[in-house]
Amino acid sequence: MNRKKLQKLTDSLTKNCKHFSKFEVKCLINLFYNLVGEVTERQGVIIGLDRNAFRNILHMTFGMTDDMIMDRVFRGFDKDNDGCISVTEWVYGLSVFLRGTLEEKMKYCFEVFDLNGDSFISKEEMFHMLKNSLLKQPSEEDPDEGIKDLVEITLKKMDHDHDGKLSFADYEQAVREETLLLEAFGPCLPDPKVSLQHLCCHHSLAVP
Amino acid sequence: MGVALTRSAQWTAAGHGAKTLEVTPLNEAIVKEIIMFVESFIYKYPQEANYVFVEPLEWKTNLDPSAFGSGYAVSGTTVKSEEADKNGEPLLYLSVPQIKIRSFGQLSRMLYIAKNMKLKEAQACIEANRNPVAKILGLDYNIISEKIGNSFVSNILDKITKDDDSESEIKMKIALQLKQLDLHLLNHSLKHISLEIRLNPGTVKNDIELLKQFSGKGKQTVLESIEYTSDYEFSNGCRAPPWRQIKGEICYVLVKPHDAETLCVTCSKEGVFLNGGKTDDEGQINYERKGEIYKDLVTLLKEKSAIFSENMSKQEIKFSEQPQKDQPNEAPKEEVAITHKASVTSRKSTQEKNRINLGRSQLTKRLEPSLNWRTSVSSKDRNTLRDTQVEKHGGKLEKSRSSVSPGRAQLIRKSVEKIEEIISDSSSESEEDEEQPDHRQEANADLPSEYWQIQKLVKYLKGGNQTATVIALCSMKDFNLAQETCQLAIRDVGGLEVLINLLETDEVKCKIGSLKILKEISHNPQIRRNIVDLGGLPVMVNILDSPHKSLKCLAAETIANVAKFRRARRVVRRHGGITKLVALLDCGKHSGEPAQSSLYETRDVEVARCGALALWSCSKSYANKEAIRKAGGIPLLARLLKTSHENMLIPVVGTLQECASEENYRAAIKAERIIENLVKNLNSENEQLQEHCAMAIYQCAEDEETRDLVRLHGGLKPLASLLNNTDNKERLAAVTGAIWKCSISKENVTKFREYKAIETLVGLLTDQPEEVLVNVVGALGECCQEHENRVIIRRCGGIQPLVNLLVGINQALLVNVTKAVGACAVEPESMMIIDRLDGVRLLWSLLKNPHPDVKASAAWALCPCIQNAKDAGEMVRSFVGGLELVVNLLKSDNKEVLASVCAVITNIAKDQENLAVITDHGVVPLLSKLANTNNDKLRRHLAETISRCCMWGRNRVAFGEHKAVAPLVRYLKSNDTNVHRATAQALYQLSEDADNCVTMHENGAVKLLLDMVGSPDEELQEAAAGCISNIRRLALAIEKARYS
Repeated sequence: MNRKKLQKLTDSLTKNCKHFSKFEVKCLINLFYNLVGEVTERQGVIIGLDRNAFRNILHMTFGMTDDMIMDRVFRGFDKDNDGCISVTEWVYGLSVFLRGTLEEKMKYCFEVFDLNGDSFISKEEMFHMLKNSLLKQPSEEDPDEGIKDLVEITLKKMDHDHDGKLSFADYEQAVREETLLLEAFGPCLPDPKVSLQHLCCHHSLAVP
Repeated sequence: MGVALTRSAQWTAAGHGAKTLEVTPLNEAIVKEIIMFVESFIYKYPQEANYVFVEPLEWKTNLDPSAFGSGYAVSGTTVKSEEADKNGEPLLYLSVPQIKIRSFGQLSRMLYIAKNMKLKEAQACIEANRNPVAKILGLDYNIISEKIGNSFVSNILDKITKDDDSESEIKMKIALQLKQLDLHLLNHSLKHISLEIRLNPGTVKNDIELLKQFSGKGKQTVLESIEYTSDYEFSNGCRAPPWRQIKGEICYVLVKPHDAETLCVTCSKEGVFLNGGKTDDEGQINYERKGEIYKDLVTLLKEKSAIFSENMSKQEIKFSEQPQKDQPNEAPKEEVAITHKASVTSRKSTQEKNRINLGRSQLTKRLEPSLNWRTSVSSKDRNTLRDTQVEKHGGKLEKSRSSVSPGRAQLIRKSVEKIEEIISDSSSESEEDEEQPDHRQEANADLPSEYWQIQKLVKYLKGGNQTATVIALCSMKDFNLAQETCQLAIRDVGGLEVLINLLETDEVKCKIGSLKILKEISHNPQIRRNIVDLGGLPVMVNILDSPHKSLKCLAAETIANVAKFRRARRVVRRHGGITKLVALLDCGKHSGEPAQSSLYETRDVEVARCGALALWSCSKSYANKEAIRKAGGIPLLARLLKTSHENMLIPVVGTLQECASEENYRAAIKAERIIENLVKNLNSENEQLQEHCAMAIYQCAEDEETRDLVRLHGGLKPLASLLNNTDNKERLAAVTGAIWKCSISKENVTKFREYKAIETLVGLLTDQPEEVLVNVVGALGECCQEHENRVIIRRCGGIQPLVNLLVGINQALLVNVTKAVGACAVEPESMMIIDRLDGVRLLWSLLKNPHPDVKASAAWALCPCIQNAKDAGEMVRSFVGGLELVVNLLKSDNKEVLASVCAVITNIAKDQENLAVITDHGVVPLLSKLANTNNDKLRRHLAETISRCCMWGRNRVAFGEHKAVAPLVRYLKSNDTNVHRATAQALYQLSEDADNCVTMHENGAVKLLLDMVGSPDEELQEAAAGCISNIRRLALAIEKARYS
């Protein structure tokens, strides 16, 4: 990519992204192209990170382990649903991921947790996300019993309109009461410690 | 009999087909009683003995047919009694091994035949016939007799007359007899049961702990090992799972004796027995009883292990060698005595012995069901302490009380906290006497639903990953954590351990969640102790280093709550917590990028606030105050004091106020210009802040410069105006305290008079708690040093309440009251009022107060009273035994008391008659004895007294005889002019006697006196000159005598 084009891209991305400085955007763009590798730009071929590459980054850099959540994070980044994260999606996504305000993070997390995209987190979805959250139950009747109970507890805590599922409003209210519930169904944001490490690696990315 | 058999007799557990009676002493006793009843039946009630049972009693017998003799028809394996009923059926029919008996007569005979097999036969009979009464009398009678009970005999008689036939009469009689037997058996078994000692978790635990100390390898020990099967101890002290606790089981222990296999033992309330052992695969215990019940663990082990019993008896000999001591502090003395004659190894064993002794005495102590309050508070304080404890814990009580007067309840609670602080302040840190006993929920008491919900959540905390843990923590936070049931529930289901464990993980979210809960529940004093016991504090102290600010805040806040008692404060210090907390105060120095600085600032301020909060709690220990100072806390606190955040200022001022008890701090507070800000905050709206500021001023205003600073910064006006609000007693006490200390400076008093504070203070002399009164009276005492103020106090009617306070018992109050009354007595007009109110007599009786400060203060107050009273001599004489009391006070060893009493005597001696009386009481030798002192205050008053006492009889000579003159001469070398004046006067009086003149001359008085003649003080000049002239005159007379 020539310098002029890069400059233009940097400028446009910086303009639309309030959490990163111009220098940081530039670094991120460079990082993106480093990660994608030397692919010659051709018409019709989308340049970007595919699912596996992205999951690899999530795992290596941000220490995420949950497959399902990582998939969901990928979906969260991949706004145009083309199975590939473009440079724009990369910068915008990281902007929320690393420096998002609470509002942005809530929106992002809710999207991650809303597995089927119907703007509700249903009991089934919760069950699905929490099913590995309890370690081996000591010989108890139904191994799923605990998970079901946990789902009920969560609903009791968060479902303010008592319709048996979480709307964004429910979720938002619960998070505003208790910020710990932001990642209620699994870690989908970088751990504060990890992002500091991230900063060390790339000199420019930091969560405030 | 039926009731006794079903209720008291101990049947083996169900599930084995036919039930059998267990072989227990109780059962044996019951069976024996029954045998006695049946055996004697035939003699006592011959008529009833022939009564034929409705159904035969039938059982398997071991009796041999050949044993039956006359009266029986024996044929091979069958026996028939010759006695038969109406229908010719034999009353006893035996066909081996079944036996059927249908009358008491036959029963008696059978027992007679059975001889030494009686017991077995009777037992077999009872086992086979579970309801003998029904068989004997028929089912209906059984029911009737149950209904009748033992009270309505008249009913029975009714029935007899109604039925009106002989058989039913006999039946009734038998029924009555059986009923009586039943009662007798019940009483009997009751006696038996009451003899048995039932075990409780405490005694079992003690036993096991004790045995543990003596377990290990080697032949000396009693056991190889002894341990619980479960580490988890329930709140009631049991370790058995709840469903077994219902059966009275306390815990299970694995015991490995030296000479036997590992024993799995159940300790239950009934006693100790072997159970089915631990199954290998699941680690579950087979709870079924496999052996006899022993009364305790030691008895069981003695039975099972020879070595145990042998070694145990050795230990017991050691016990008996050493007489049991109640006081553990006797133990070391003995240890010393023993080590003298014993080698190092045997010393070890004596130590062990001592330990056992301690264990034993603890054991006996544990058996008492009382909550012992071991805090060393006076009984009165203790009561209030207990009251509020009740108030805090008993939800119902609190409601009813707070509805009466919430303000007052709060006051009491606060004052109790004060008491706690005082205790922990004054006593040394090594003691642990402040520990309060745990009061835990009864195991089988009705547990609220929260308990089970919390238990479930704790389970998820234990077995969940980060996500599940956070959900469980958030859900737990929704419980009412201020409520004691929830707090204790978390602890009792083992939640505290988990919460503290979470703090050691890397998960920030889990730590935050956990701290949020700990912060709330640590308001409970018991939970605080549990947290410390579980080692929670060091972990929290470490979190203070975290880069995560909200984590730091939460940790500091939790520490603030936990460090409310001494041991916790010590732990914080020992783990470097003070330095870290002080570091938290250092906010705002490195604020981040300018764009986000405001955000940064609020978070930093919050961190500093939490740090100050924790320091406030910690600053109640002396060593922590030092640590805070050394860590550079004072400048930081001074800087934070300049901020305007109210919730920041309260902990900061609180800490300063707490620390100002130390001289170092007071100096630093002055140096850091903290007073200015304290004064500024007196004008705040917040009552608590005002209170702490006033308190800090109170502490610091001992220093004159500080008092001036308070005035210069305009602090006196707000203090005076705060006096008008008397609802908040805590604040009132602090404010009056500050006024008291400030009014030590005259300029301040003038200001207070301007602000009309004196009138207000007089108004506060009634209906106030003691801590307020002490300060109010102290302040008035200072104000009374000036004539104008004395007039104001008299005019406001302040003298009467002051005199009324003379009858109190609070020592600090008495010191201040006597001082104030004494100051008032300087005014003759006021003195008249005091005299009328009998104030002098009250003051005089305070000379008997055990505390020297009160004595001295009362004596000082008496001086102006005697000076200004009309007919003072007569008044003094009217106090029966008063003069003797005063003279005897000269035997005190407190310098202040002596000086004050000398002053009183000086005033008393102005009256000749009284002087005569005190001379008779031996005032001269007592005063002479005091002469050798270096205390200038005492010297001055002593010299004055001596000069006054010389006025009577041959006292001058007597002082000389008692060698008071030479020391007096030395007083002239003192630096104090007052001493000089008094001494010169005394010497002048003494010099009227020739021998004294000689002594003075010998001790070089003349030269010293010559210097005094040049003094600007006229009285001194005059006295010195008089004395010299007396000495000179004597010299001249001697010379004259020599030459003539």
